[in-house]
Amino acid sequence: MDFGPYLLLASLEGAVTAAVLALTAVGLSLVFGVMRVVNVAHGEFFMLGAVLAWWIASHIGGDPALGFIAALILAPLAVGALAALADMTILRRVNYDPERTIVATIGILYILQQVTLMTYGPEARPVEPPFNSRLALPWFEWGETGLQMYFPWGLSTTSYKLFVIAAAAAVLMGVWALMARTRIGLLMRATQLDRDMALAFGIPVERVYAMVFGLGGALAALGAVLIVPIQQAHYLMGGDPLLLSFIVVIIGGLGSLPGTVVAAILIGLSDGIISVFFSPTLAKILATLLVALVLVFRPEGLFGMKTR
Amino acid sequence: MLELDKINAGYGRAQILRDLSLTVAPGEILCLLGRNGAGKTTTMKAIMGLLPLMSGTVRLAGAEISALPAHKVAGRGIGYIPQGRRLFGELTVAQNLEIGLRAGASGPEVLEDALQLFPRLRERLAQRAQTLSGGEQQMLATARALCLQPRILLLDEPTEGLQPSMIAAIRDVTTLMRDRGVGILLVEQGVDAVLSVADRVAFIENGRNLETLEAEALRRDPRLISKHLGV
Repeated sequence: MDFGPYLLLASLEGAVTAAVLALTAVGLSLVFGVMRVVNVAHGEFFMLGAVLAWWIASHIGGDPALGFIAALILAPLAVGALAALADMTILRRVNYDPERTIVATIGILYILQQVTLMTYGPEARPVEPPFNSRLALPWFEWGETGLQMYFPWGLSTTSYKLFVIAAAAAVLMGVWALMARTRIGLLMRATQLDRDMALAFGIPVERVYAMVFGLGGALAALGAVLIVPIQQAHYLMGGDPLLLSFIVVIIGGLGSLPGTVVAAILIGLSDGIISVFFSPTLAKILATLLVALVLVFRPEGLFGMKTR
Repeated sequence: MLELDKINAGYGRAQILRDLSLTVAPGEILCLLGRNGAGKTTTMKAIMGLLPLMSGTVRLAGAEISALPAHKVAGRGIGYIPQGRRLFGELTVAQNLEIGLRAGASGPEVLEDALQLFPRLRERLAQRAQTLSGGEQQMLATARALCLQPRILLLDEPTEGLQPSMIAAIRDVTTLMRDRGVGILLVEQGVDAVLSVADRVAFIENGRNLETLEAEALRRDPRLISKHLGV
């Protein structure tokens, strides 16, 4: 394959990574932005979404589309409810103290991981995609007779991968609309801007926190349900999304949703392209180097605001 | 009637307020006077439930509001205009006011009334709060508190750093609210500013009550002020 088609293929793979990463990282960013909680257990909510998706899909049986749709709805709801419960029973008890919340979420990480190992087991299990037809992609090239279109061998994607990208974009638009256009979004933003004044003006901050933590967990789970037909569900799969989400959130600016999405696209695409042309390890090295540079030269992130 | 009954409060182990008692009646302006660090702002935070009380009670019209969670205090009718304004800076003027309306479960006629008092805000409804001038920000902070139809207003240095015309506008609204029967607890630095609006003046020092006097007596005999403030 020539360079051009090869690059397109790598970009498409990267776009799928970016889509799922954007969902996961926006969840992390929302939690940090509104609650100032660094949620180390975020990757486990992702893992739980994938494992629950397998569990739901395998219990429903029948047409794979049926099981997948049920998982797409139920898994994020269940994980969101669990996250909200974790907030109310654990994080609220430690008063959202920065150091203690980090330790508490590390504890949640291990509890979720080990309970999954004890119940679901160490196997990696796939979920069947609802549809998965192969789509050959055309490429254009200047030939002897002008612009020619042809289908290079190996340049293809699947309908499911395109669906993942579209679904993630739709959900992100939904999150944006929730924050910018609804009453509950207004309360979340007011809480984010000044917690004490939010309390002094009757905003039930504790309920807002539980809702935000639940929403953050649900977004991670949703990303996982989307990716689990491509990757497989495994109890240790939460590590990479956690690391990449932190990278994205730091580059984009803590608490900035547009910055998080832009950084997710940047990191996801470069991860895909560098992995295809060089190696996945080099992709992670460069992403981590970028974080270091951002922290040195622009600690508030590319889109973040300077703290008051 | 807002009553503070022997409240003790502070930050962590650092106690600021010691057995502090105050009453604010409907339709009066009570001024808190004291040196820096005497506990004036802390008193307001304690009333709003933003600081846990170590002991003592805060009552509004007989109901013990210090037993409520902090986010329920505003709904009982206490409007807080904090020092430094503390607006939701990235939200628009309209959104800031909406939060006030929601806190008091007030209807659109309350918003209309607040905008009538501060017509400048009506021109700036779609503007972000942080882009307003200092005086306009103070108007917005005041209007936000008025939107919850307060029975009691807490004003913490409302005229700090403002130009004279703005100070006059804020003072006019303060006295108008008093005339409408709202009880007002006011903290001001300038003694002249206090004497021009106050009905009663409570001196506090190191978080304790000194004397509470009629403002009239202070206006007649300004030496009383220097005696209590030690200036």
